[in-house]
Amino acid sequence: MAEKFELNEVEVWDGNYATSQALRQAQVDVVAAYPITPSTPIVENYGSYVANGFVDGEFVMVESEHAAMSGCIGAAAAGGRVATATSSQGFALMVETLYQASGMRLPIVLTVVNRALASPLNVRGDHSDMYLGRDSGWIQLDAFNSQEAYDLPLCAFKIGEDMSVRLPVMVHQDGFTTSHKAQNVYPLDNDVAYNFVGDYVPVDEMLDFTRPVTHGAQTEEDWHYEHKAKQHKALMDSRPVIDRVLAEFKELTGREYKRVETYMMEDAQIALVILGSSVETAILAAKQLREEEGLKVGIIAPRCIRPFPYDLIRDAIDNSSNLKAICCMDKSAPGGAMGMLFNEVSSAAYTTNTRPLISNYIYGLGGRDFAIDEAKRIMKEQKAHADAGHITTNIQQFSGLRGPKLGFYETRRS
Amino acid sequence: MSLQGNDNRGIRELGAEKKVGWDEVTQGVALNSFVGESENSAFLKAEERNYNDFNSYTATVASWRIIKPVYNRDICIDCQNCWIWCPDTSIISRDKQMLGIDYDHCKGCGVCVEVCPTNPKSLLMFSEAKDNNEALAGWPVKEKKVKN
Repeated sequence: MAEKFELNEVEVWDGNYATSQALRQAQVDVVAAYPITPSTPIVENYGSYVANGFVDGEFVMVESEHAAMSGCIGAAAAGGRVATATSSQGFALMVETLYQASGMRLPIVLTVVNRALASPLNVRGDHSDMYLGRDSGWIQLDAFNSQEAYDLPLCAFKIGEDMSVRLPVMVHQDGFTTSHKAQNVYPLDNDVAYNFVGDYVPVDEMLDFTRPVTHGAQTEEDWHYEHKAKQHKALMDSRPVIDRVLAEFKELTGREYKRVETYMMEDAQIALVILGSSVETAILAAKQLREEEGLKVGIIAPRCIRPFPYDLIRDAIDNSSNLKAICCMDKSAPGGAMGMLFNEVSSAAYTTNTRPLISNYIYGLGGRDFAIDEAKRIMKEQKAHADAGHITTNIQQFSGLRGPKLGFYETRRS
Repeated sequence: MSLQGNDNRGIRELGAEKKVGWDEVTQGVALNSFVGESENSAFLKAEERNYNDFNSYTATVASWRIIKPVYNRDICIDCQNCWIWCPDTSIISRDKQMLGIDYDHCKGCGVCVEVCPTNPKSLLMFSEAKDNNEALAGWPVKEKKVKN
């Protein structure tokens, strides 16, 4: 039986510490981990909880992130509740095994502290690693602050382990701006948190010697496609389960989360679509513009990146009576395309009646600051698009970039 | 006992299993080895186990082989070398008595022949088309020691 960890009603925790406490309260059986900035404290703290008797689990030190996720897969296939953490290069090294975990339908929780990908080497926060994982078949949730970095991992276990889901879940938070920023966090009582997550129920576990089972089988052209289709359906069908778990969490804590968070969208003429710690910046900028210039700005913040919430994005667009222009803010180098949010939101908006103008900004790469004034400038630019009835700038632009103005493509809509 | 094993060993070509739709495949490609519970399977002989359709036991891959080992009981000393070395567990042995080859799973690699210590060998490789009785009829005789 684990030792009791004393908690105050309100704690001052950074995102990393908050996440590690959630893993402790979920009583994870196995954490196989390799340290990397800025996610190291999550697994470092978890290791200390194990060493000090606060968790009845195992901490497995491995030689790389590839081995870390491989160890997690083995432990999950064996029948345990499993979690780990990583960032950036470590995430990239994990990618091969991420696809194994989702294909094998193992509900592992991976807490990802988002950081840029080299080259040039950079330890600061952007969303390159989050975007790298978006086709891996995992559910991806995004925490915007420390409280959410504590709340969402608890929800993640419950979502992934649901019998109709059985998929691995990533919980993202921004490197440093969330992971290393201490904020007030309201933790749950240990028993309340554990009971919310519930006992782990294994499926086809290898340690059930009465039913020997093969995991990770090879399939060729005669079987592979059916298995991938079934897996995709499970991911698409996880949406109501995510909604239900988030609703149960609200009932327990009063803290409400949705697959798409919307702020001031009811009467918004223009909207920013944005992720992570920048969401709070954008909300402040929108409030100021409403106050100072009467500009009706709303914010759409996808909480769930995968399965991508086409349904709720379309609702957000169609439910705003006056929406004219949207700007999608992508914090990842786009690699010869538009940003991910631009692509996903555009495709969702295309089948709405509103069909607003949509443009794309790349911003904040490698931890480049994104401040309120810049957010306001971008919002006012959207107002100019709305007034003109078409996008008046390049469709893709770069925010906060030194040197000559950089942009790509112009609209063909008049 | 029969070298054919139980009823479902090698009952179809690998890949000839029934193809079901995406809604019927197992979750996460988890494949149970046996039908139902089988706590004591480690203590059962292969022919006594209730292998399920996705265990390789039920699929034959005999068609992959172009040469085959033929076993000569008259010469064999039951040393079990071939049983130990066979990479496909295709040597059938019970109570340390060599019984023969599992032709449903043998790939014809010839390792059993290489490790056979008798003179002449108790296992020799022949063309897949060669009749086993014919092969046994023409078996080589013991090689004489050459005196210096």
